[in-house]
Amino acid sequence: MHVATFTRSTPDTAARVWVDEAGAVTWGDVATVVNPWDEYSLEETIVQAKNGGGESTVIAVGSALHNDALKHSLAMGLSNALRLDEAGADTTDSLVWSAFAAGAIRKLGDVDLIIFGKESVDVGTDQHTAQLARRLGWPLLSCVSRIIAADYAAGAIQVEKTLEQGKQVVAARLPAVISVLKGINEPRYPNFLGIRKAAKARIPVWSAADLGVDLPAPATSALRYFNPPAREISTEMLAGADSEAKASALVDRLFEEKVL
Amino acid sequence: MSVFVWIETLDGAALASSWEALGAARTVAEALGIGVTAIIFGEKSGDIATEAGSRGAAKAIICEADELRRYRLEPCAALVSWLVAAHAPAAVVAVATNRSRELLASAAADTSSGLISEVIDLRVEDGAIIGTRPVYAGKVLMEMTSASATTFVTVRGRAFPAPPPDGSAPPDIESVAAAAIAPELQTEIEDLVAEIGQVNLADAAIIVSGGRGMASNPADPPAELRGEAAAIWKAKDGFANTLRPLAEVLGAAVGASRAAVDAGYIPYEHQVGQTGKVVTPDLYIACGISGAIQHQAGMRGSKIIVAINKDAQAPIFKLARYGIVGDLYEIAPALTAELRKRLT
Repeated sequence: MHVATFTRSTPDTAARVWVDEAGAVTWGDVATVVNPWDEYSLEETIVQAKNGGGESTVIAVGSALHNDALKHSLAMGLSNALRLDEAGADTTDSLVWSAFAAGAIRKLGDVDLIIFGKESVDVGTDQHTAQLARRLGWPLLSCVSRIIAADYAAGAIQVEKTLEQGKQVVAARLPAVISVLKGINEPRYPNFLGIRKAAKARIPVWSAADLGVDLPAPATSALRYFNPPAREISTEMLAGADSEAKASALVDRLFEEKVL
Repeated sequence: MSVFVWIETLDGAALASSWEALGAARTVAEALGIGVTAIIFGEKSGDIATEAGSRGAAKAIICEADELRRYRLEPCAALVSWLVAAHAPAAVVAVATNRSRELLASAAADTSSGLISEVIDLRVEDGAIIGTRPVYAGKVLMEMTSASATTFVTVRGRAFPAPPPDGSAPPDIESVAAAAIAPELQTEIEDLVAEIGQVNLADAAIIVSGGRGMASNPADPPAELRGEAAAIWKAKDGFANTLRPLAEVLGAAVGASRAAVDAGYIPYEHQVGQTGKVVTPDLYIACGISGAIQHQAGMRGSKIIVAINKDAQAPIFKLARYGIVGDLYEIAPALTAELRKRLT
């Protein structure tokens, strides 16, 4: 059996990210990390591959920037890594991304389960997750907070999803695409041996031609990136003789602001 | 031609935030000089269609087939894709929820259409729909447009006002059967366990959040608990007996910082921030939260931010409109008592 996952390199969560004078998004020389939501999907991929007695593959779509996330994944314990890159392809468009990713899954041929993190923090969406499932014709189980049972021989999975209104138990046939939430597991840290092995790994790069895929024209385009308007805040510190006086002063202000 | 809006339903009622999507759809439709068509699936779709009409939808397409009584991705996506192919709407709009995000992404893939997700502002320029959306956890904004005949859009909750019912004429209602287009179902819903009485963070007008400071609870833990276990007990007790009563008097949802979630003080569903929920309430009260950049990414869009923290140097005060330097275990109960007096 074979479990696949997708990841990408994104700026460190504590990094300042801004738009420079040329209109490009930058985070200076701060290092990238794996997309924070993917720590959980990488861990779950390792766990599921081990439970099923199979192998695991981590895939990134895009430039060599994403090699760092792939190497981190290998250091954690994923068996294989590969990168999909096509000069001139706009893989920020989710239809292009999902066509490329579906080509890779078809080429691998034996994937039972694809595990995603909840979303990609850089593009701020999970639409590529659902679109990959659609292109493969596989069921999608999003927002999975627990895998209750996975029977790879029988081709069946049962999960608990966490939605806005509560939890839901859903079963599906395999192969399937799932996205997992924080809390599903405790992601491991790469150990020394893993880091050394990952450092030496050569990561294959597949083009669209290698996959026999004609990438579609992008359906969306980014017009411009810009910095959010600065918040004009003057902070009023509320003083008072005791907690009751401070609380009362705050309630006065909240009535004036009409938020109560 | 029209602008479609998907009205999400649960147990025969529309999700209140779906009406915000109808408001966003009206903005686009008015700019294009066309009408809004509400798409409603499930029980009582007819009643919900009437309400959509009173909020400005000219038309409604409903499907009350049994397969769609409870939301399921495959039949809903097949039906939306079929309706888009048949009607070629200029746009399909929904409020961004776990369900709508997967539904619109799937139908957009089926129809080779562009999807602009989590939009906070929408405009039409030379007939093109342009959405503004946050990326990099809200640290950067982008404008995105689509070249396809139909543009799919999910709008972030609380970003667009819901049009009030104004007694408009009932809409023209078309009822469709799902049976012909429902594919073989690949998933089976076995159980739905709703959390009762909890306010959803994304919809909340007021949020009361707790951070690492929750562990400074003066209440005494059971004697056998030491160290970290004692801290966890204190923080959990604080969320239940100090923050929850404040939230209840305000009709607020309870949030938390990543530090509080990672320390095991409160379940992940409550996390606000970069790897939690992005919220934009009218009032956000941060108790014992220092204000790390990860947390700020999730709440900086709140209208009024109140910070209560022992440390006068905490970065959260830079975001706050009102700040109180003090012990949250003294301030929060005083605030709850004062609000009880003045709100009831």
